[in-house]
Amino acid sequence: MSGKPKLHYINGRGRMETIRWLLAAAGVEFEEVYVETRDDLLRLQNSGVLMFQQVPMVEMDGMKLVQSRAICNYISAKHNLYGKDLKERVLYCINATSALKDHGKDFLVGNQLSRADVQLLEIILMAEEVKPDILAKFPVLQSFKARTSNIPTIKKFLQPGSPRKPPFDEKELPKVLKIFY
Amino acid sequence: MSGKPKLYYFDGRGKMESIRWLLSAAGIEFEEEFLTTREQYEKLLQDGSLLFQQVPMVEMDGMKMVQTRAILSYIAAKHNLYGKDLKERVLIDMYVEGTDDLMAFIIKFPFLSAEDKEKELANIIEKATGRYFPVYEKVLKGHGQNFLVGNRLSWADVHLLEAILMVEEKKSDVLSAFPRLQAFKANISSIPAIKKFLEPGSQRKPVPDDKYVETVRKVLRMY
Repeated sequence: MSGKPKLHYINGRGRMETIRWLLAAAGVEFEEVYVETRDDLLRLQNSGVLMFQQVPMVEMDGMKLVQSRAICNYISAKHNLYGKDLKERVLYCINATSALKDHGKDFLVGNQLSRADVQLLEIILMAEEVKPDILAKFPVLQSFKARTSNIPTIKKFLQPGSPRKPPFDEKELPKVLKIFY
Repeated sequence: MSGKPKLYYFDGRGKMESIRWLLSAAGIEFEEEFLTTREQYEKLLQDGSLLFQQVPMVEMDGMKMVQTRAILSYIAAKHNLYGKDLKERVLIDMYVEGTDDLMAFIIKFPFLSAEDKEKELANIIEKATGRYFPVYEKVLKGHGQNFLVGNRLSWADVHLLEAILMVEEKKSDVLSAFPRLQAFKANISSIPAIKKFLEPGSQRKPVPDDKYVETVRKVLRMY
């Protein structure tokens, strides 16, 4: 047993990608077990390790965690990506240029990297995959993107060979449908 | 200014109901401003009160909070309903996400066509009895305690009771195969603050009717 978190999901972004981002941003190495066939999923369901019969599931700290938001909350709190107090924490969902501008700081919440920054960067990059010039009118977000991408753990995650998954390939669709439906 | 939280939403359950439940369970009195016209909603938008142009919005502790789950997390943490440590908290989060998924089907239900309603009703009962209730029944059986986590009341218990009652409104005998959940329902309902919330005259909202659906559609221009 390696002690590293173990991620159970398909080999793709889906609902696991944000968890991969957070673990990577926190500098936590992890392993992945891919669900590739319907049998893989059935085996997991029958073994009773999936609380609501669903993936994502993350084995960590002696627990089998499900529900992506619960998993993200746990990782964020454990690795200090959550803002230093309750009032900062309630802002973690924030995701707006005005928040950064009014704040006048480099991070969305408080003065340190939080999950809000990691998730915002994730969303910006995903949006740019669809429309490369989507940040054209948002100079504050452009510099946010540049700065946050340069944080060492995040920079590493953005390099080839990291656990980051590519955009969904439509050719995979029949295979994914067969697993879940 | 009264110092009480102020809830901005329609005069009906929707996504605000879980917040009403949790505030009530915590013994917190609150005020409500009901959205009945498009103009009211547009004024909130223009004031910049709605971070993502959406309700629920709750004015509390000097903040205009949005996003149901963020609001609920805040209330739970503030009022000691979120477990004593991270491990209890992640259990509460998992359980709450499950009941949230179940209640999401019911929240959408009034907005479906008559034909879709019939199909969806069967789906709701199937999910409740096949996927969600068995989990909580097993948790309660496993530790034999009256509460889901940490042997004391948490957000997870309040949320599960809300979900149970909502599903029972659709099928009154839905708990027949779940003796632990029946006992759970009786126990949690008898907690004074929750018992009060379940009595007539409280701020608990009734099952959504056509008037509620019409108001939401009109205010949000949802056609």
